Amino acid sequence: MSDLLDAFALGVRAMFTYQAIFFALLAIGLNVHFGYTGLLNFGQIAFAMLGGFGIAISVSKWGLPFWAGVLVGLLAAVVLALLLGLPTLRLRADYLAIVTIAAAEALRLLFRSVSATPITNSTLGISAFNGGFLRLSPWGTSGRYNILGTRWNGGELWVITVGWTLVILTSVLVFLLMRSPWGRVLRAVREDEDAARALGKNVYSYKMQSLVLGGLFGALGGMVYAVGTGSAQPDQYQNANTFLAYGALILGGAATVLGPIIGAMLLWFIIAFSDSALSALLSDDRTFFGLFQINEVFSQTDVAYARFIIIGLGIMFLMIFRPQGIIGDRREVMLDAR
Amino acid sequence: MTHALNRAGRRGDRRSARSLLPAAPFAAGRPGGRRPLILALLIAAFAAALATVGPGVAHAEGEQVRGTLTTSASGPIEGVTITVETPDGDEIDSVETDEAGRFAVDLPGPGDYVVSLDADSLPEGVDVGSAGDTRTVTVETGRRLPVNFGLTDGTTGGSGRILAIQLFVDGLRFGLLIAMCAVGLSLIFGTTGLTNFAHGELVTLGAVVAFFINSHGVPLIAAGLIAVVVGGLVGALNELGLWRPLRRRGTGLVAALVVSIGLSLAARYLIQTFYGGRSNAYIDYQSQRARDYGILTLTDRDLYSIIISVIVLVAVAVMLQRTRIGKAMRAVADNRDLAASSGIDVNRVILVVWVMGGALAALGGVLLGLSDQVQWDMGFRLLLLMFAGVTLGGLGTAYGALVGSVIVGIFVQMSTLVIPDDVKYVGGLLLLIVILIIRPQGILGSRARIG
Amino acid sequence: MPADPKPTGATASGAGTSGAGAPGSGYHPGAQGSFQSGDAPRRLAQAALKDLPWEIGVAKPDPAVVVDGVTRTFGGLTAVSVDHLEIQRGGITGLIGPNGAGKTTLFNLLTGFDQPDTGTWSFDGKSLGKLSPHQVARLGVVRTFQLTKALSRLSVLQNMLLGAQDQRGEGFFRALVPGIWRGEEKANTEKAMDLLRRFKLDAKKDDFAGTLSGGQRKLLEMARALMSDPQVVMLDEPMAGVNPALTQSLLGHVKDLREQGMTVIFVEHDMDVVRDISDWVVVMAAGRIIAEGPPESISQNRAVVDAYLGAHHDAPLTVEEEDKVLAQAEREIAREENAEGEILSSEKDEPRRTER
Repeated sequence: MSDLLDAFALGVRAMFTYQAIFFALLAIGLNVHFGYTGLLNFGQIAFAMLGGFGIAISVSKWGLPFWAGVLVGLLAAVVLALLLGLPTLRLRADYLAIVTIAAAEALRLLFRSVSATPITNSTLGISAFNGGFLRLSPWGTSGRYNILGTRWNGGELWVITVGWTLVILTSVLVFLLMRSPWGRVLRAVREDEDAARALGKNVYSYKMQSLVLGGLFGALGGMVYAVGTGSAQPDQYQNANTFLAYGALILGGAATVLGPIIGAMLLWFIIAFSDSALSALLSDDRTFFGLFQINEVFSQTDVAYARFIIIGLGIMFLMIFRPQGIIGDRREVMLDAR
Repeated sequence: MTHALNRAGRRGDRRSARSLLPAAPFAAGRPGGRRPLILALLIAAFAAALATVGPGVAHAEGEQVRGTLTTSASGPIEGVTITVETPDGDEIDSVETDEAGRFAVDLPGPGDYVVSLDADSLPEGVDVGSAGDTRTVTVETGRRLPVNFGLTDGTTGGSGRILAIQLFVDGLRFGLLIAMCAVGLSLIFGTTGLTNFAHGELVTLGAVVAFFINSHGVPLIAAGLIAVVVGGLVGALNELGLWRPLRRRGTGLVAALVVSIGLSLAARYLIQTFYGGRSNAYIDYQSQRARDYGILTLTDRDLYSIIISVIVLVAVAVMLQRTRIGKAMRAVADNRDLAASSGIDVNRVILVVWVMGGALAALGGVLLGLSDQVQWDMGFRLLLLMFAGVTLGGLGTAYGALVGSVIVGIFVQMSTLVIPDDVKYVGGLLLLIVILIIRPQGILGSRARIG
Repeated sequence: MPADPKPTGATASGAGTSGAGAPGSGYHPGAQGSFQSGDAPRRLAQAALKDLPWEIGVAKPDPAVVVDGVTRTFGGLTAVSVDHLEIQRGGITGLIGPNGAGKTTLFNLLTGFDQPDTGTWSFDGKSLGKLSPHQVARLGVVRTFQLTKALSRLSVLQNMLLGAQDQRGEGFFRALVPGIWRGEEKANTEKAMDLLRRFKLDAKKDDFAGTLSGGQRKLLEMARALMSDPQVVMLDEPMAGVNPALTQSLLGHVKDLREQGMTVIFVEHDMDVVRDISDWVVVMAAGRIIAEGPPESISQNRAVVDAYLGAHHDAPLTVEEEDKVLAQAEREIAREENAEGEILSSEKDEPRRTER
């Protein structure tokens, strides 16, 4: 029982870590793409990678200050959005899906290739670039702090403070945009591109704006993650992360302002809780209803896979049985199953 | 700071097939009547397909670099010194190749290593290739990484033109494999509109099933046939257990696409749970020497891979062109409503497409495992090239998928003439993007499908 | 769709509509200028068109839209081939023809949703060629669709507000400062509510558009189009799928558009409707214009009757073309029947460009 309580506490703590912020920002971006505009971006992680490496390369390789690195990362995300959008946004939705997932994988392979070593350090990645950021912290970054029974170190606390501020700012931005006529056009594009065109809206331009905006949010997420881990490695930015972010978005509720945040927090609660609960389950010699001993069948590494299985199944079931997520409007989702 | 995500993303150590404990409670715990049950059954059967093949064989833990020194003229080369160092120059180990030309060095952990060969100990006439006598490699967790020194002995040596032919044929083999996997993907898209992101897992399934059966001493050909049957069954299960009920529910195309992504994720890691993170070779057909055909060399297994692919693809083409069901498939892919109104049983056609797609993907997986070893995410990595091929040829057309995939395969292999080997997939994916700019409907596609 | 043909054969495809437009309606063939609807008020456009010869491509006194040499082929099949067509300003022009005659394709071409192989067309002397749909719409040429495109997951009022043009709040950066667009939004909302009241949809303003009935969607789509104060309104089968109770109200609204000085072009199958409200009728078959004239002239026109009855003696369609036309008709019907159900193949992925 105490194992479960510990697992629960770990789960609650995980809801506020920089990983949760990372997925919240990815999902907020995807919400702009998928929830509001109907764009199928399955390469969100590529924007995050450009954000993270934008800082890492600028600071470590080019000797630029930290904030210049942030700008480089954002700029790179804009360029990627334009490159992906130009050929595909005139085509049917699945083309964007295919191209984005391909681009994300291609970029990762490129960044981790041996020939990219001078710029990205290949698979080893780049580290020690967040000094400039940590120096801005109003409190000591090496000390340990105890908040409501959870323990954090100073640097971590600074990262998540800035991270959650970013989450709030981007959400306010999304809120303002989506209640404006601009957001109304985005939803019209999601519902029916031809109808939007017939009403004089430049659909292509709006889709591009949406792709760039959501991509920028993804880049911010990547920056938080890179600063949080203190390193940028290409293999941190696996495609599966995009799907996890989709899971968070669908869990919370697409096309709602708070949906992606709630979804990301819950996702991390579930991941951390199930990880530690399953680990606890495996640590003693429990049996499965007396049939066999559990830790003979499953090992600790299986726990890491189990989360992806659970999340994959979760995406399926949510999409089938509760497509509006936790806080979405069921009517809004069920009306037009397309 | 925990590094949970990163840890999970890496390949862990391997494990044998047993139960579906993580999946079942989740599926069964959902309210909603019959369909969750069907889904649970689908997953259970999927797992059972793996579980029936029993526990796997034991493997050494830990990372390794290994390889075989051989050329077509000299055969395996014995007694060559291979040294492995860290990038900082700390020596890990130094070994000599055995009588089969093989070497293997255990590593302390994942990371970058420099593998070098003592060129002086090579026999007369054999020389290291243009890339020199050292290789810098990156070894991932649990990976036993093959290192290829590309020795030359004058017979196939150096000349770019002949290397080009070699790569062309290798690309053709690879392209035919992609095509075999992609035909089903394309037909499923054509008949149902579904962009099936879980198609790659059918490929992996084929390879993994064949590997498990083969590891029990069953000859690979028989194991492969069983894998193909399992692939067809799982394809049918996909359609009957998931996609048909979803169509009946009126699930939208975009929702279906997202569902297929969830399925892909779950299935991929389910396979990893059973199979593990390592890459393994089949027991059979591993120690083949490449035959010299003058302008290129080819192992028998690669040759048969090409022959099997061509025969199967021609058979598929004949079936599409001549048989009743094939014509019905094309009719449904062309215009589903029209086909339905002219009396074709669309659901039956779609079921056949799924069975065929699953079987072809599994066969592709078996053959891919033969040339590139069996890995838990081999299908997902191939999926992107399948998409490239299908898009290149024109979404939804069977022949387009064929032509496009072959082009992608050849392009990917031949691109290593100018770009490093580890970024060759990037070339294929870039080709996809370029094609979408120039001719979005693909080579054989019609303009109408893309808007 | 009361007059929509059943897909049972070539001749049947015209049976329903030809019955409605059959002789015996009391007009005198060839008696130019002798027609008077009687009950309808005299209208400017009708008067202006009165003395025109009933010829294909005849010049109108005050054309709003002029089409020249427009052709569009789909894989060898000519979907549209129009040599010359002028649309009178301020009038209601009916566009009729059997299924597959190219009416919708012509609409798509005129509004930028499809690009022709050859030809030019203009609105008020401004060429519309090479313009994309939204640019055409901004010039004041708006359209509705055969299958209504209500934006389902937006409220009725939001649907209406989308129709307004040149909104300041639709720019990204200005959207962030509500002060810039709030006043405009308020004015648009009032205008939208006025229109909704006219179309008797005001009670539904906060409902999702997807919950409306088929007829209400048609009304909404028309009202939405009017939000942009258009000069030309192109209605693609405004009566299709509308229950008879709403038909009269819809017809009234179409006539109102004319009273407000708009130019209306509409595609319709129901000959009674066409006769009731149009000032001029253009008949298409197999992509060509085979007749034009006042509504009274049409039912006596030999070519029109042949086209509708599928007569073979002057073969407006080859057998092969007829098969394609039929297949298209069947498909359209199948699609409409399936529109609610099997969504994995819904209209969303239905290729737009093959519609003809």
